[in-house]
Amino acid sequence: MSTLPVTALQEPQPPRALQAPPHPLREAWAYFAENRGALTGLLIIAALVLVALGADLLAPHGSNEQFRSALLQPPAWTSGGNWSFVLGTDPLGRDILSRIIYGSRYSLLIGMVVVVLATTVGTLLGLVAGYVGGLFESLIMRLMDILLAIPSLLLAIVVVAILGPGLTNAMLAIAVVYMPQFTRLARASVIAELQREYVTASRVAGAGPLRLMFVTILPNCLAPLIVQGALTFSNAILDAAALGFLGLGAQPPIPEWGTMLADARDYITSAWWAVTFPGLAILVTVLAVNIMGDGLRDAFDPAMRRS
Amino acid sequence: MFRFVLHRLALIVPTVFGLTVVAFGLVRLIPGDPVRVMAGIHGVSPERHAELMHQYGFDLPLWQQYLGFLNGLLHGDLGTSLITRSSVLSDFFSRFPATVELSLVALLLALFIGLPAGMIAAVKRGSLFDHAVMGAALTGYSMPIFWWGLLLIVFFSGYLGWTPVSGRMDAWFFIQPITGFMLMDTLLQGETDAFWSAVRHLVLPAVALATIPLAVIARQTRSAMLEVLGQDYVRTARAKGLAPWRVVGLHALRNALVPVITVTGLQVGLLFAGAILTETIFSWPGVGKWLVEAVYRRDYPSVQGGVLLVALMVMLVNLSVDLMYGLIDPRIRHRRS
Repeated sequence: MSTLPVTALQEPQPPRALQAPPHPLREAWAYFAENRGALTGLLIIAALVLVALGADLLAPHGSNEQFRSALLQPPAWTSGGNWSFVLGTDPLGRDILSRIIYGSRYSLLIGMVVVVLATTVGTLLGLVAGYVGGLFESLIMRLMDILLAIPSLLLAIVVVAILGPGLTNAMLAIAVVYMPQFTRLARASVIAELQREYVTASRVAGAGPLRLMFVTILPNCLAPLIVQGALTFSNAILDAAALGFLGLGAQPPIPEWGTMLADARDYITSAWWAVTFPGLAILVTVLAVNIMGDGLRDAFDPAMRRS
Repeated sequence: MFRFVLHRLALIVPTVFGLTVVAFGLVRLIPGDPVRVMAGIHGVSPERHAELMHQYGFDLPLWQQYLGFLNGLLHGDLGTSLITRSSVLSDFFSRFPATVELSLVALLLALFIGLPAGMIAAVKRGSLFDHAVMGAALTGYSMPIFWWGLLLIVFFSGYLGWTPVSGRMDAWFFIQPITGFMLMDTLLQGETDAFWSAVRHLVLPAVALATIPLAVIARQTRSAMLEVLGQDYVRTARAKGLAPWRVVGLHALRNALVPVITVTGLQVGLLFAGAILTETIFSWPGVGKWLVEAVYRRDYPSVQGGVLLVALMVMLVNLSVDLMYGLIDPRIRHRRS
């Protein structure tokens, strides 16, 4: 009796259940944007993408243009330097700055191709293995265990030895190496999600296996996969550079950063710049991706959030 | 505990079996003909080619080749190198101590610096030290170690001239291998000059190889420590008036160590991947360099045997970490068995 006048006085409010919670991605972005380090990482990557896209405009010289009168020219600010070759030239007289600028295309390409390949194939296998179970699951997971037992770079080297050296084969090899982690993550999440009520509800409502796997379950497993994707991106760049350095990745004269290091290796004591700058480019790129990956992990992992 | 050990061992059997299939299969996929590789640029007559193919069993169906491989494996025979013509197993184990020595020194270096750094960073959370350590750790974690190794050579060997560029020891020393670890062998034979030569050769590769594990261990120690420091029993220890170093160093550290040990164990696989690069840069005569050279030379049996042995070692280390984990933390033992 006494409650009637009170409700009449208040503004009409929708029941709690009708208030939409913030979209999970929007919420994660809010946490991510608070993290200054992660934003810096994102900005560096954005800048790199711009450099890669605008390489033709930005690079002072062509990536394979040789200046035979200026072999192993030191950087501009040191004695003997020349401002037309800001970071100096390599043993073949090519401008190092221009090669680094063009090289950013390869590193970003490698990162993206590997992440896309490893994520789609790895997640698909894990999703199906977790959903189907039984013999298929055992077979897939044992195979992944075996791949995980072989050190990543060694496996990549062997796969490249099978396929033959080259940029495309190096990317394939690295994708194979990082696939098992996605399979494991996806399988673990699927098994956890399968027992949730919303999955049962969807099943009772008549959803088929494909709909259950891809529409109902997959979106709820994405967070760890996205974080792993960022980690894989940086590892792929590192491993591709390592393969290039060992002469098994991108082949000269491609200005891939690891390959540039291999070209300059014999001159380390006489021309430090030819070794220093390509490596620095690798370090900055990988560092930016890793900082961003840390930010993503904090943003997606509720346990890490400051409440 | 016994059941736990048995359970873990049983799990590893199918994986090892699968590993032999993968190692065998991978190498058979390499295009090109092994006999032609052996013959080199001189080529080989068709009759001799057929004869050699038969002699090495390359003309048999694949499953028979695999059974032969498995049979040899069970008798401790991993085949013969196509290049050195000596047994793969002895080639591997003659280089193995060099890799183990390098990796152990690197791992110890990483633990001795990484553990205290991570602990102090956690205790002084948010301080300048914390930010510096975490920044350095993230940089170390992102470091392309082949480049880092080259920089170390440029600075310490080239510019300062403190350390040699490559190898394990100056060539004029002759040390009879006893343990295979140069640091120990030189001391056992009382050759102090040789010992210091070995140390100077070891420093740079060990620092290069330690970088990534160091970063991982520091980060893991810090986050494990932070988690433990927030728990009730730590507050109780503080409340009853224990000295701060006792609370952190004994009560908290003991529980924080569990995830750190796991992560350290998992570094062994990574450490080997790093050893491939480090050994190549510093011409360290270990397994990593040997394997890369075997790949370059298309020495199939060596690649096959090497991959198999390395993967086995990594699995054994992971297994012992798992077992150690069960030993330290009874909850794990009981949950799984």
